[in-house]
Amino acid sequence: MQYLPNIIFALALAFGIGFFVMNIRKLSRNIKLGKDIDRTDNKPERLKNMIMIALGQSKMVKRPLSGVLHIIVYVGFIIINIEVLEIIIDGLFGTHRIFKGVLGDTFYGFLIGTFEILAFLVFVAVIIFWLRRNISNIQRFLSKEMNGWPKNDGNYILYFEMVLMTLFLVMNATDVSFQQTGIGNVISQFIVPLFDGFSEETLHTIERSAWWIHILGILVFLNYLYYSKHLHILLAFPNTYFANLKPKGQFTNLESVTKEVKLMMDPDADPYAMPAEGEEEAEPEKFGASDVADLNWVQLMNSYTCTECGRCTSACPANLTGKELSPRNIMMKTRDRLEEVGRNIDANKGKFVDDGKQLLNDYITPEELWACTSCNACVEECPVNIDPLSIIIDMRRYLVMEESAAPQELNMMMTNVENNGAPWQYNQQDRLNWANEE
Amino acid sequence: MIVPTMADMMAQGKQPEVLFWVGAAGSYDDRAKKISRAFVKILHQANVDFAVLGTEESSTGDAAKRAGNEFLFQMQAMMNIEVLNGYEIKKIVTCDPHSFNTLKNEYPSLGGKYEVFHHTQFIQKLISEGRLDINNITLKGKKVTFHDPCYLGRANDVYESPRDLIRRLGVNLAEMKRNKSTALCCGAGGAQMFKDAEKGTKEINVLRTEDALETKPNIIATGCPYCNTMMTDGIKFKEKEKEVVVKDIAELIAEANNL
Repeated sequence: MQYLPNIIFALALAFGIGFFVMNIRKLSRNIKLGKDIDRTDNKPERLKNMIMIALGQSKMVKRPLSGVLHIIVYVGFIIINIEVLEIIIDGLFGTHRIFKGVLGDTFYGFLIGTFEILAFLVFVAVIIFWLRRNISNIQRFLSKEMNGWPKNDGNYILYFEMVLMTLFLVMNATDVSFQQTGIGNVISQFIVPLFDGFSEETLHTIERSAWWIHILGILVFLNYLYYSKHLHILLAFPNTYFANLKPKGQFTNLESVTKEVKLMMDPDADPYAMPAEGEEEAEPEKFGASDVADLNWVQLMNSYTCTECGRCTSACPANLTGKELSPRNIMMKTRDRLEEVGRNIDANKGKFVDDGKQLLNDYITPEELWACTSCNACVEECPVNIDPLSIIIDMRRYLVMEESAAPQELNMMMTNVENNGAPWQYNQQDRLNWANEE
Repeated sequence: MIVPTMADMMAQGKQPEVLFWVGAAGSYDDRAKKISRAFVKILHQANVDFAVLGTEESSTGDAAKRAGNEFLFQMQAMMNIEVLNGYEIKKIVTCDPHSFNTLKNEYPSLGGKYEVFHHTQFIQKLISEGRLDINNITLKGKKVTFHDPCYLGRANDVYESPRDLIRRLGVNLAEMKRNKSTALCCGAGGAQMFKDAEKGTKEINVLRTEDALETKPNIIATGCPYCNTMMTDGIKFKEKEKEVVVKDIAELIAEANNL
């Protein structure tokens, strides 16, 4: 019986990590539903971006207040997790503060002291985040796409962090021998008076409870990630690594179109030529995107990485002037649809069964797509290099090339380009008249 | 105004130093034509041996591409590339950031590889080569704010060339609260120029004009014919035509140098 806590701990750990791994597999399968795109070039620059932007948070601090607060939470979270390593060893082997013996009182005290200070700072930062989200009038947290689950999700994450940090400090404050050592209890010593007059036994019970709830809380939080916008803590790294490196103004040239245009412009091409053997059955490639599987895997990964901070939307000229378009919502809807497709696959033994829905119209409306000025403000703003614009353009391509569903004025513009080589109805022969006017 | 065409050049067996890509706005839009002419005056002053395609130039296909019509874009691109490669063009300069972006970034993989300059970059180069001076007296004391065109700025990270030229004019450069990488779009990009805006509470160009007016400028400088139209309309909407003018940097330089 004396090993019961160890066994329970091992089971909890295995279950927590196992369930997480299962969901990560699902996540990876969903991302792979996207089309292939080669983002393996220029590895040094990709690595540099990942280190600067994801690890170094260089784009976060462009908005200094939220940037610095975020760095506190981020650094705190990573560093305090060293403590989790100790907790796991203690839990599995029934030891208590195993690192104390290994590292010596002074160094251990220094470590725990650092963790305590960080835990306190994280707690304060998280409170400020909560106030920003719920009390102050920050427009990007009040947009309509943030109603309901997205708003709650944001708050749940903050509550999780508040509770985990509190438990860590309480755990230390009620650890009598740790407090007696007097090294490293930088913050927790101020919590000790709260437990004045408690018997040693009660203190031990509180300490043990805090310890258990803390580690179980971490396992629950780990598994909450997949269901939450909070996945960015993991996906920010691959997302910045695989992000577009080309100039932001450079849009892809669709290869399928190039083939057809070349054929059209080739004077030697035989218009009646039969397709080569074996080519007949090949379904012609769809131009642009109407559903998640038409997007590439980086775009799909983008959607899971988005943590709904809304910096993109707060910089979007269309959104700022009251249009329907919100680049954040483009990402959220893409993820929602991808999740729906994933659940469909799970429910149908690994095969997607047509559900009569698609990303276009059922999630993202043409009105949103046509409001975009392609100005790249959203791409520039994203702290983790998400590219909402590429999704908008791929969907416009579908609307125009597959459905001929451009707004009437754009059809006129395109007809003019086709006939006169200019978006307006001017005669090509008048193209040099400007030189002789004035 | 002497504007040689590539066809003329070819007939004389000459190859110009650079091709001036005028673009649809620069060729047909009354306001933008003035920018084309101002730039040509600068080219003449610096003795640049240039030519245009004239009637052989056609839409780059930028607007079609941003609207989603990849077919039309690639048709235009391949037609233009055939002409450009036929004339063995190596260097292109344009006053239109949209043409600049498309020629520089999107033509190469379709077979059109050129060294492409925005006119502000090219003028900067002329100055550094000692071929052109900017008179810093004529416009001295004026307050100028610069509106970054998206397809020059964020799209291609060109922020300094236009600013460097503005400073050389001897004017006061006042930055808007949203500038460089955080600059607000004028509302014309992504083919919006050619359609009405979706339902909203405000026009984008009005919002951007308000940004500009906050700096209390005498001149709003731009480097894009479409931005120019949008900002000019914004100034009219705000009834500030008497106090504020919208000018392309090429026009300001031509004016400063009394061209």
